[in-house]
Amino acid sequence: MWLEGWLDRAFGSGWNPMYHLGALGYFYFWVVVLSGIYLYIFFDTGIPNAFDSVEYLTNEQWWLGGVMRSLHRYASDALMVMMGLHIARLWAFDRCRGNRWFTWITGVPIMWLVFVAGVSGYWLVWDKLAQYVAIASTEWLDFLPIFGEPIARNFLSPKTFDSRFFTLLMFLHIAVPLIMLFVLWFHLQRVSRAKVNPARGLAIGTMVMLLALSMVEPATSQGIADLSRVPSPVKLDWFYLWPFPLAERWGAAAMWALAAVGTLLLAMIPWLPPERHGAAAVVDLDNCNGCTRCAEDCPYAAITMGRRTDGKPFERQAVVDADLCVRCGICVGACPTATPFRRATAPIPGIQLPALTVEELRRRVEAAAKGLVGDDRVMVFGCDHASEADKLCGPGVAAVSLPCAAMLPPSFIDYVLSRGLADGVVFAGCRDGECHFRFGVRWTEARLAGERDPHLRARVPRSRIARVWAAPTDWRRLEGELADFRARLRAMTEKEAAE
Amino acid sequence: MSGVLRYLGQGAVYGLFAALIGTLSMYPVYDPFPPGHALVKLSLAYAGKPKGDCHRRTPEELAKLAPNMRKPFVCPRRRLPLLIELEMDGAVLYRDVLKPTGLAGDGPSRAYRRFTVPAGEHRLVARLRDTDRADGFDHARAEKVTLKAGQNLAIDFKGTAAGFTFN
Repeated sequence: MWLEGWLDRAFGSGWNPMYHLGALGYFYFWVVVLSGIYLYIFFDTGIPNAFDSVEYLTNEQWWLGGVMRSLHRYASDALMVMMGLHIARLWAFDRCRGNRWFTWITGVPIMWLVFVAGVSGYWLVWDKLAQYVAIASTEWLDFLPIFGEPIARNFLSPKTFDSRFFTLLMFLHIAVPLIMLFVLWFHLQRVSRAKVNPARGLAIGTMVMLLALSMVEPATSQGIADLSRVPSPVKLDWFYLWPFPLAERWGAAAMWALAAVGTLLLAMIPWLPPERHGAAAVVDLDNCNGCTRCAEDCPYAAITMGRRTDGKPFERQAVVDADLCVRCGICVGACPTATPFRRATAPIPGIQLPALTVEELRRRVEAAAKGLVGDDRVMVFGCDHASEADKLCGPGVAAVSLPCAAMLPPSFIDYVLSRGLADGVVFAGCRDGECHFRFGVRWTEARLAGERDPHLRARVPRSRIARVWAAPTDWRRLEGELADFRARLRAMTEKEAAE
Repeated sequence: MSGVLRYLGQGAVYGLFAALIGTLSMYPVYDPFPPGHALVKLSLAYAGKPKGDCHRRTPEELAKLAPNMRKPFVCPRRRLPLLIELEMDGAVLYRDVLKPTGLAGDGPSRAYRRFTVPAGEHRLVARLRDTDRADGFDHARAEKVTLKAGQNLAIDFKGTAAGFTFN
């Protein structure tokens, strides 16, 4: 979070690379694909054709072919880094458990596919490094009792090696990324509005970086492979090839065990331990008019619009898939019937969380506001995943924490201010671009700005609303902005009194 | 943070990332092979003789079988394990019994071993037993070789006709 905060200051939340790790991974993948297509046009299979064709690209066509080769390598390395950071970040911020398990699980094979695609690419160059990788990887594979004879025997001596091998490898090197693309499609099935493209500025910046690196340190071959010699020393690409030195040192069995246990543990993370959560959002058909706003705003595609089942004169109704619902409450904030103003009947909206109903939320707001004193009274609507709003409480500050800031229907702000429960309202949610439930900050901002339903009523004075999008590590900033806001409220009150 | 500082910060992040990628994609150099040594690889994929004798089926035995299975001459599927030995300068480097692969034990026995040896002149003897004889070997080849540092010598068994080859 400290690192993200620092990057926020340098890049702004819109370009912060830590908020675009998955999208950057996609970007690097496409750079690898496009540069690979160019390289394939000139690549020749066979011995020594493969090496010669890569040398031609690197040396005689350095101005494009060489750059493409370097881009191919460095973008694949960057993809590996992005993938590692993406996994680590989701795990560290606890965004892989509960109903997010599907996205996590489908990411595990992608990790293996990236590894296989990367390693197979190093074979194709047929230089000393390729020789090392070919022998080390086949010796590792030969531990598995699935081959009729050890495939490492193909590399015993120049006489035993067949040029046809390159055709097979080329097929593998193209087929694996295609399979990966297919698995990526599954990976994003339960993520609505998945961000697969990084911000334009970030894409340009990272592309310039890759090009500069390709010019300064072009990828080169390490001398043609010679099976009559031991390929040592070699310059390894440690992003992809680190398992092979370990397999040499520990043995193939140990490395397979490590790979199997590591993969299994990684796959089990969503259940280590299982997430405890309340009931999924429920739809109340008496109050649902099928307006689709909840389905539009759900970050995990947990709400669909189904055919009406209660005979009311509406075309559709919201249907919640409890297996996909993450209990963020964003749908409640989107529902136009979620309002605290209703007094004649219980304020039951078209959709709400059983663990925190609109009625209960209204009760909490009213109870919290009771103790407030002064002319700069503030009601803070906090987020369970951002800075702890409860810590701000004092004589002039009350706080109510929500699963997500976007769970609060805008009508609650109107309610707090028009009923005189507080002099100002503060939203204290996750850092911009970093929302725990992906769209909490975005939807809240859009609703307050009148760009997204439900709008905040025009009568609500905007000057009495503040937003502080702050991570738990931004506690001082939150305190500072709250103090500034209260000073502004006091000034407003004094001005109104004077008038 | 001012505009200039922001761009400087972004440049620093991109620079660090490029340095990380550019460095770890090549360095540190991996040099696992000890200097002044050569590599000897001993490998084979070869099926031993069938375990047991082949025999001709009697008409009664053939009659009990389905028509498409009535082969008059049958041999047992299971193969004998191989005994392999590699000797260098009079000392045994490797000796092992290689079981046949496959669930029914009818696949070839496999071996793939690497030996790091000092460079220089050596007398290598490869031996293989693929029958059920009690002692001795059915195939053997001795070679006097001069191995240069970093050289890779492959010893392969190419079947009964060609025997051991030194490449």
